[in-house]
Amino acid sequence: MIRLEGVTKRYRSAAGERVALDAVDLTVGQGQVFGVVGRSGAGKSTLIRTINRLETPNAGRVFVGDQEITALKPAELRAARRRIGMIFQHFNLLNAKTIEENVAFPLRLEGRPDAEVRARTAELLARLGLAEHAKKHPAQLSGGQKQRVGIARALACGPEVLLCDEATSALDPETTDEILSLLDELNRELGLTIVLITHQMEVVRRVCDRVAVLKDGRVVEEGATADVFLHPKSPVTKAMLAEGEGGETFDASLAPAGGRLARLTFRGPATYEPELSRVARSVGVDYSILSGRISRIRGEPYGQMVVAFTGGDAEAAVARLSERGVVVEAVS
Amino acid sequence: MTEFFANVDWPEIVRATRDTLLMLGGSMALTVLFGIPLGVLLYLSGKGRLAANPVLNGLLSLIVNILRSVPFIILLIVMLPVTVILVGTSLGVAGAIPPLVVGAAPFYARLVETALREVDKGVVEATQAMGGSTFQIVTRALLPEAMPGIIAGATVTAIALVSYTAMAGVVGAGGLGDLAVRFGYQRFQTDVMVVTVVLLLVLVQILQMFGDALVARVSHR
Ligand SMILES: Nc1ncnc2c1ncn2[C@@H]1O[C@H](COP(=O)(O)OP(=O)(O)OP(=O)(O)O)[C@@H](O)[C@H]1O
Ligand SMILES: [Mg+2]
Repeated sequence: MIRLEGVTKRYRSAAGERVALDAVDLTVGQGQVFGVVGRSGAGKSTLIRTINRLETPNAGRVFVGDQEITALKPAELRAARRRIGMIFQHFNLLNAKTIEENVAFPLRLEGRPDAEVRARTAELLARLGLAEHAKKHPAQLSGGQKQRVGIARALACGPEVLLCDEATSALDPETTDEILSLLDELNRELGLTIVLITHQMEVVRRVCDRVAVLKDGRVVEEGATADVFLHPKSPVTKAMLAEGEGGETFDASLAPAGGRLARLTFRGPATYEPELSRVARSVGVDYSILSGRISRIRGEPYGQMVVAFTGGDAEAAVARLSERGVVVEAVS
Repeated sequence: MTEFFANVDWPEIVRATRDTLLMLGGSMALTVLFGIPLGVLLYLSGKGRLAANPVLNGLLSLIVNILRSVPFIILLIVMLPVTVILVGTSLGVAGAIPPLVVGAAPFYARLVETALREVDKGVVEATQAMGGSTFQIVTRALLPEAMPGIIAGATVTAIALVSYTAMAGVVGAGGLGDLAVRFGYQRFQTDVMVVTVVLLLVLVQILQMFGDALVARVSHR
């Protein structure tokens, strides 16, 4: 659905040249929720803004659907942008217009007939639970409600793609959750392809099918969310994950002497099976759990823990667990 | 009472009030007509804006600054030949309007530019992302969002024009200010001075109140 090929963006300033994006290749499939994470200044905003060409790359090509966005003439680009919705961290609503007028705005810009605009606006307001606020102005709404208006506005022209630039970063955790559920729902019900940039790993965990990690304008890691979260490869990803979860709670110096340490990862329904205790009993080892977490990644349950095997055949336990589909990694 | 206002020629006061209102109305309408597009051009051609153009911006800025630095009384005289070409006379209310507009429009344009700059960049960006053209961004997003500032600027400009009209007496335009100068000041007719100044004060008060009320109406912050 979306393809970036060698996209490079440089900014020139008094301090010299800065490469915000360095030959980025990325593919987002139809109907996916794709997350882009990275630290401040990694180039996330620049990346998402090249997709609707709010930022024109210095090199490389961007495709959305079957159109090469980077090759469009101004009028064609404006038409293409109507197929690409966008929401923002600070909502960017028009203060002078009512909620209703804000949602109708893209349709008015496109010059759709009045009756159609009214019908479509009413439908969107109802769908997003904003009907009672139709005549209010943005200043009268809460952050979560404003972002709903932003979403309604982005959906007005019936886009295939929704770009979210830190859409939940200005919201409290509860409202963030509500907006993420909404995005998830839109993705499932409308088949909307969503690109979401964030510095909050929790956002990715909740809604993204795939994730790319950006550092200094390069993609350092990319893959299915569960794979990246459970088996991160790059140091940035590991660090960001650790921060998101309150740091690594496991401390090797506290492990029992002579124990064999292993990180076990359970995925899917097996997470809730007494797999570990069964194996321990059958091979006759003891284990202590040094750290652990059971949670969900985009709805899929997983468990990950660091254990120390003692007093028995640890190797056999590891082999048996691997056979049963538990991923076992050595811990250093 | 009648004794105190002995010098006051009331029909003359009425005529002067009418002339002041005509000059103010005519020049204000044209100031808004030219000032808003000029302000929009100044904004759009500015650094980092939608149609950034340093050459155009520098040129417009220079013209605006020149016109704003010339004292109005000088502008009035320098403009005489141009005024004749434009309105066929350099006298009376009609003769006063071109210099008033040339004096006020650049001032107003700067106020419009400032009001536009205060509009959140995100709004421009969002409108762009929705497929809006530059013209649509200006007319449907920027100007409506900047409306409180644009109206507040118009109020300030209208009040400045009231005092400019007093000087327009030089070209025989009449008006309250002219009356105050010619009778009140030059002939020491204090009563005429008091009446005209009170009327001007009332006019300024009405303009300010009206402007403030309009700003309050269009503000939704
Ligand atoms: N208009 C600009 N002019 C100059 N440099 C810019 C501009 N926009 C971004 N940059 C630089 O490009 C780099 C990437 O910026 P970008 O905004 O994409 O980062 P980000 O990952 O979105 O960061 P954040 O999480 O802080 O929003 C930064 O170093 C930034 O300073
Ligand atoms: Mg950013």
